[in-house]
Amino acid sequence: MRPINCIIEEVRSEAPLIRTFRLDRNLDPAPGQYVMVWIRGVDEIPMSFSGPDTITVQSVGEASAALFGLGAGSSVGLRGPLGSGFILRGKRILLIGGGVGTAPLAFLGEQAKAAGIEVASLLGFRCKEDLIFQERFEALGDTIITTDDGSLGIHGRAAAGLDELNLFDYDQIYLCGPEMMMWDIISRTQEHAKKTQACINRYFKCAAGICGSCCLDPEGVRVCVEGPVLMADRLLESEFGRYRRGPTGGKGPCRG
Amino acid sequence: MPSLSIHAGGLQLNNPILLAAGILGTTGASLCRAARAGAGGVVTKSVGSLPREGHPGPTIVHVDGGLLNAMGLPNPSYKDFQDEIDTARAGKVPVIASIFGSSAEEFAKIARGLKADAFELNLSCPHAENYGSELGRYPDLVESVTGAVKAAADVPVWVKLTPNTADIIELGLAAQRGGADAIVAINTLKAMAIDIETGYPILGNCFGGLSGPAIKPVAVRCVYELASRLEIPVIGVGGVSTWEDVVEMIMAGASAVQVGTALLRGYGVFEEITVGLSRYLERKSLTLEELCGLAGRRRS
Repeated sequence: MRPINCIIEEVRSEAPLIRTFRLDRNLDPAPGQYVMVWIRGVDEIPMSFSGPDTITVQSVGEASAALFGLGAGSSVGLRGPLGSGFILRGKRILLIGGGVGTAPLAFLGEQAKAAGIEVASLLGFRCKEDLIFQERFEALGDTIITTDDGSLGIHGRAAAGLDELNLFDYDQIYLCGPEMMMWDIISRTQEHAKKTQACINRYFKCAAGICGSCCLDPEGVRVCVEGPVLMADRLLESEFGRYRRGPTGGKGPCRG
Repeated sequence: MPSLSIHAGGLQLNNPILLAAGILGTTGASLCRAARAGAGGVVTKSVGSLPREGHPGPTIVHVDGGLLNAMGLPNPSYKDFQDEIDTARAGKVPVIASIFGSSAEEFAKIARGLKADAFELNLSCPHAENYGSELGRYPDLVESVTGAVKAAADVPVWVKLTPNTADIIELGLAAQRGGADAIVAINTLKAMAIDIETGYPILGNCFGGLSGPAIKPVAVRCVYELASRLEIPVIGVGGVSTWEDVVEMIMAGASAVQVGTALLRGYGVFEEITVGLSRYLERKSLTLEELCGLAGRRRS
C-alpha cells in the first residue's frame, strides 16, 4: 500500500508537548494499533490512535517537531492501521497508562464502555501540567491519578496507585506508557501477567515485519506486526525493561 | 522424502533455502527464529565498519508486484555485531555475515574482525552513497575486494552482485578471478516511486531497490547467464516466494536460493517452500543435482 493522503482537520493542544491531530477520515483502527505518519520531506514515524480518527503525539524528535509545525488543512501520508491492537476480554477491566501512553487506553475504554464493560483507570503523569484526557477517563469510571511530583493525586509513579486497587477484581488489564513505568507495573504484578495486555514501543523502520529492527529478544518477536500489543507474560522473559535497540540496531538503555 | 541437503559455496546446508541479507537479520534472535522455521542458512543484515542509522523514512513502499526499500545500511558496526552472530548460531544452521565497505581494505578489516561461517560481500546495495553497487558495478573493484577478503578470511566468501549493470557476467567473472567461493545474484533493482498528491519522492532517500515477484524474471535470467559462464556456484535470489519459484531458480542454475521479500508472509515460508520442493522432487524422481541447471542443458 502506498501512503494514503490525509488532511489534518483540527489540531488540539492537550499539554505543553502533546497535541491531538484529527484526520479527515476514519481508518477504522483497533485501539493499540498504530499508523505510520509520513511528514513529507522529513521522516515517517509510528503513532498510536487516540480515537477512530485521531492521533495524539508527544513532541520528542525532529519528525514529531515537524508534525507540530503542521496546522489544520495540512496533509500527511498515512500507512495503516498496522499491528495488533488490544483485545477486549471480560466484564471488568483496568486501564493503566502513563503520559501520552494514556491515549490508546482512552480510545479502548470508550469502546469497552459502549460494549457494556465496566472500566477503571490508573493514570500516571510527571506533573499536573502533563495531565491529558482526564475527562475522557473520568467519564468511563473510577479513575486514580498519580504524579511524580505530587502536584495532583497520589504522589509517585503509576505503580504507587496499585495499593488502591485489587487486581483480582479485573478480568483483564491494559497497559501503555513509558517502558520503565510499564516494566515497573509488570514486574510488581507478575501473577496477573497472563491477563495483562501491554502496548509497547520499539524502533520501527519498515512496519511490515521484514527489516528486523524491532525484533524483541530472545524470541525475535517482530513487534511491528506481532505487536505492538503483547501479553505481559511474554515480556517478563524478554529484553523489555532491560534494553532496547536504536536506529543502528545496537543495544541501548530503556527510557522513561 | 528426497534429501534436500546440499553442499554449496563451501557450506553444507540441510536444505537449499536461505534467509536473504537485510531481512530479519538485525538480531541474533530473529536469525535464529528463521533457522528454526526451516531456513537452511541465514544471512545477516549487512554490517560495516562504523555505526549507521540508515535513511529517514519512509524506508519501504509497497508497489505492484513487490516492494521498494531504502533502509540505508543501518547497522551497529561489526564491532558490535559478533554477539548477534553467536546468538544466531543457536539455530544450528550456517550463519553468513553480510558485510559492506567502501574499499578493499575496509572489507578486509571487517572480515578479520568477525567470526561467521561465511561472508557475503555486499557489492550491490543500490541506495547507499560510496557503498554497494557504487563499487560493485566496476569489475576491477569487484575482483580486488573479493581478493582482499579471501586473503583476510578463512571461511567461504560469497559475492552478491547488482543487476544494475549492462553485463552481470563480467561482474561474476571478476568475482571468480578474485577467488569467490560463490556468486549471489541478484540484489534489488534501483527504482523509485512518487507521491502523486504532492510530487514528493516517497522514499526518504528518493531512490531505493525493487524486490519481490516483479524482479524474479530478471533474477532468473541473471542466474542462468552466470551459471552458464562461471565455474563457481551461483546462489539465486530475487523475487522468490514459492516452491515453484525455487524450482525455476534451480533450473536456471542456482545451487541454493535465498528468500527475502516473501517473509512479508511470515516465517512459515521456509517450511512451505521446503515441503513443496521435496514433493516436487519426489513426484519427478529428481535430485537437486539433476535439477540444477536443467534449463541450460535443454538448450544445448
